[in-house]
Amino acid sequence: MRLDPSVYHDLLLSLLPELVLTGWALVLLLFVAWRHTTVSDLRVAGWLTLLALVSTAIATWWLWWNRAGVQELVTMIAADDFRWVADWIFLGAAALTVLISFAYLEREQLLAPEYYVLLIFGTLGMMVMAAGADLMVIFLGLELMSVAVYVLAGFDRRRARSAEAALKYFLLGAFASGFLLYGIALAYGATGTTNLGLIGGQVSIMGRPSVMLLAGLALLIVGFAFKIAAVPFHMWAPDVYDGSPTPVTAFMATGVKAAAFAALFRVMNQAFARVPAWHDILWWLAVVTMIGGNLFALSQRSLKRMLAYSSVAHAGYLLVAVTAGGAAGTSAFLVYVIAYTLMSLGAFAVLAAKGRAGESDVLIDDLAGLAGKRPWLAFALAVCMLSLLGFPGTAGFIGKWYILIAATSAGQNTLAAILVLTSVVSAGYYLPVIMAMYMKPEPIEAAHVDVRLDRWGRAAVAAVVVGLLLFGVWPNRLLDLARAAGDSVYPAATTAITPP
Amino acid sequence: MYARWVLTALLAWPLLAGLVVLLLPGRLAKYVALAASLIEFAISVPLWWTFVPAGGMQFVADYSWIASWGIHFTVGVDGISLFLVLLTTFLMPLSILGSWSYITKREDGFYALLLILTTGMIGVFVALDLFLFYVMWEVMLIPMYFIIGVWGGDNRLYAAIKFFIYTMFGSLLMLVAILVLYLHAARATGVYSFSYAHLLSNAKDLGPVAWWLFAAFFLAFAIKVPMFPLHTWLPDAHVEAPTAGSVILAGILLKMGTYGFLRFALPFFPAVALNQNVQLVIVVLSLIGIIYGGLVAMVQPDFKKLIAYSSVAHLGFVMLGIWALTLQSVQGALLIMINHGISTGALFFLVGMIYERRHSRLIEAYGGIARVVPLFAAILTIVSLSSIALPGTNGFVGEFLVLLGSFRTYPIATALATTGVIVAAAYLLTALQRVIYNPLTNPENEKLTDLTPREIALLVPLLACILWVGIYPKPFLQRMEPAARALIEQMRP
Repeated sequence: MRLDPSVYHDLLLSLLPELVLTGWALVLLLFVAWRHTTVSDLRVAGWLTLLALVSTAIATWWLWWNRAGVQELVTMIAADDFRWVADWIFLGAAALTVLISFAYLEREQLLAPEYYVLLIFGTLGMMVMAAGADLMVIFLGLELMSVAVYVLAGFDRRRARSAEAALKYFLLGAFASGFLLYGIALAYGATGTTNLGLIGGQVSIMGRPSVMLLAGLALLIVGFAFKIAAVPFHMWAPDVYDGSPTPVTAFMATGVKAAAFAALFRVMNQAFARVPAWHDILWWLAVVTMIGGNLFALSQRSLKRMLAYSSVAHAGYLLVAVTAGGAAGTSAFLVYVIAYTLMSLGAFAVLAAKGRAGESDVLIDDLAGLAGKRPWLAFALAVCMLSLLGFPGTAGFIGKWYILIAATSAGQNTLAAILVLTSVVSAGYYLPVIMAMYMKPEPIEAAHVDVRLDRWGRAAVAAVVVGLLLFGVWPNRLLDLARAAGDSVYPAATTAITPP
Repeated sequence: MYARWVLTALLAWPLLAGLVVLLLPGRLAKYVALAASLIEFAISVPLWWTFVPAGGMQFVADYSWIASWGIHFTVGVDGISLFLVLLTTFLMPLSILGSWSYITKREDGFYALLLILTTGMIGVFVALDLFLFYVMWEVMLIPMYFIIGVWGGDNRLYAAIKFFIYTMFGSLLMLVAILVLYLHAARATGVYSFSYAHLLSNAKDLGPVAWWLFAAFFLAFAIKVPMFPLHTWLPDAHVEAPTAGSVILAGILLKMGTYGFLRFALPFFPAVALNQNVQLVIVVLSLIGIIYGGLVAMVQPDFKKLIAYSSVAHLGFVMLGIWALTLQSVQGALLIMINHGISTGALFFLVGMIYERRHSRLIEAYGGIARVVPLFAAILTIVSLSSIALPGTNGFVGEFLVLLGSFRTYPIATALATTGVIVAAAYLLTALQRVIYNPLTNPENEKLTDLTPREIALLVPLLACILWVGIYPKPFLQRMEPAARALIEQMRP
């Protein structure tokens, strides 16, 4: 199905998933305006959110099934497989977040259904980011997402640490947005356009990129690096991840990161494909992030902070995929993000179950003896840890393998070697979790009595574990999907477009 | 018909049985596991007869797995891997029998992991697709990690994580090397495949990259063997692991390293492997392993640690034999791989049995117990003699062949290695004397009970193998010869 953006009907159709989700967001806003006091209101709002996410996913699926594409490349909205797959990732992350939020919000007495509205708006922002074929659209999506997540980070407003997290995230995020916006301005100044395809065309006409364009590129990368929490722009991540309510942390570590990466991918591959400088910048960024993230994570004793630093390390692995670039890099990125979203959410879900009301610090040693009391929960966390480690038989391994293939086929053997060496380091902090659960006795008899997942949390964790193992052993479908998505972005980068 | 499903069945059966064991109540676990491992052994035994020595790769099964990367599930067996597969299926029921009374907590988990480990180990030996090989290589880490970490001794957490990280460190660089080989072959031929034969035939014109790739493979395998100075994980892991874990570690896991050299590192990079300097380094490291391993074993107060260091020495002989690349030395190396599994496995079983009675592995805690437990003493003596390589036992045949074959390639190194045999006699005979002879001074040892029927049943097959290989090794050598010859042919420039 070819869509012609100059026709009103087609334009709406190409925005169908975003429109569906916006509609639901408005419905939910109306609903919470009336009903926002009791536990049952919260539950209904949660269910409506799930409904919204599912129907959006179906709309996306419909466009994917009909092979929707935009006729000409010079549009503000892209319609390609990359966008659909990225949308599914965001929607899946949001849906799993909703499932683990039910019990968490009730336990922490956060009886405000606005939580779900913000979640939907955040997801909407992510989808706009992945869809944007224009720097302005990407910026709009980024802001929509960020503002929603700033509020979510401080949602537990009675706790000082949550407020601190929100303020920190907001201030640093505002800085990052400033950098990004300045980068967009400079890129516009150098090329006269904010459209990704047109910038790409201008760059190829220019030959040697101008200083202004390079400065713009550098600022853009800084802006994105803040959002994906790459070293040395990661300083906010541990505190914000630590202070936010655990489901929000899960959402930030997966959805927000994936969205920033998706936008970064599009910008680099479509607008700056002909500027070799970004390869070098991202190469160093990837190396520093992998080494830094893994080393910092090694010294953490709190599980949540360890997961925060581990998410920094994983940003480094994903940057390897970006640096490798090309169709293989894009597909590898998608596969890895899917795996990472599953395993990260699984780990945070178990963490949310372990943390008692009002107490957020769960040390890794607090998990001692969990396997004896809650064997299934321990098994789920162990699978997530092994997958984060990139162990064969789990989706994390397939993702890492794909990134390694992309890197080595792009001639980046050194980067591949650094990736695997830092993965060895990561065994030093993922294994102690398994060790504590299986190999240490529980400190006191009743240590794990109130560790409990409700029905929906259990469903989320079960889905994660099944997904991780299934994709780890039989990834064929996933790989085909990702490969098609990778191919859909990459040709745009190679064909030069002459501006009108 | 048998040829087509046997290897797949050998891989699938223990995995399936392991899952069943997990679901059953804990008290049934060991019975089910024993039955499953005996069935596994029964499935594997006909390999011995149906194997055609000159037939190259046999029992091949090939299915597409991850099509978009050209990954297949390809398995097969030749004269190198046949015995390692049989050794695995042979040692598993014995290990389960050896854990019968030793393992008392979380039995279902332990036996399930042992069975899953079997799949991983056999997978490493039969994989003919490098992706499958890598997956199996890593997958067997997890069960072993848990076996050491949950059921091990006092210092088990440290030993478990050390074992895991050492192995993973080596294998991940091998993973990158496999990928580079894969892409190199794909660029040359346009065919994306991890198939062993495909990669092997396209590994010729790698240029200087071959050095890096060889280094990556070398590191992975040398850690596993283990070669000096990468051996430090071994004493910890062997000592802390429960009996069955030590038996499997020494008997089978170490052989994965030497197998990797024979199957991958040598045939893929013959030019690098036979480079003068590389040869020098490897021969010297093997020699250090033989002599240093023996000397360190001599001063160990802990019997289990003594056996662990003796493994370093034995594996040094294997490496020497492999690198000497004569027919006798390679056959000898293959035979030592089997012998070491049998003799050292038996030694670990025996130490485990005495430990269960006295809860001490210190040599000085014993002395003169031959009078109290004569049967135990007799068997320990026979097994020790086989480990020292006394003529008439299996150890002699292997070490003699290695020394004979290596002498033609490395006369000086072989002469030095021979002293390793003497050192072996020194440490094992001294230990033997201090444990079972000497006067009986410690009153606690007076109440020791001799071997039970279960323990005898588990030791008799091992003793039979020790004598069989020692007296009539021809059926073994006959089946190894064509594969060893093919390897030497491949290595000829």
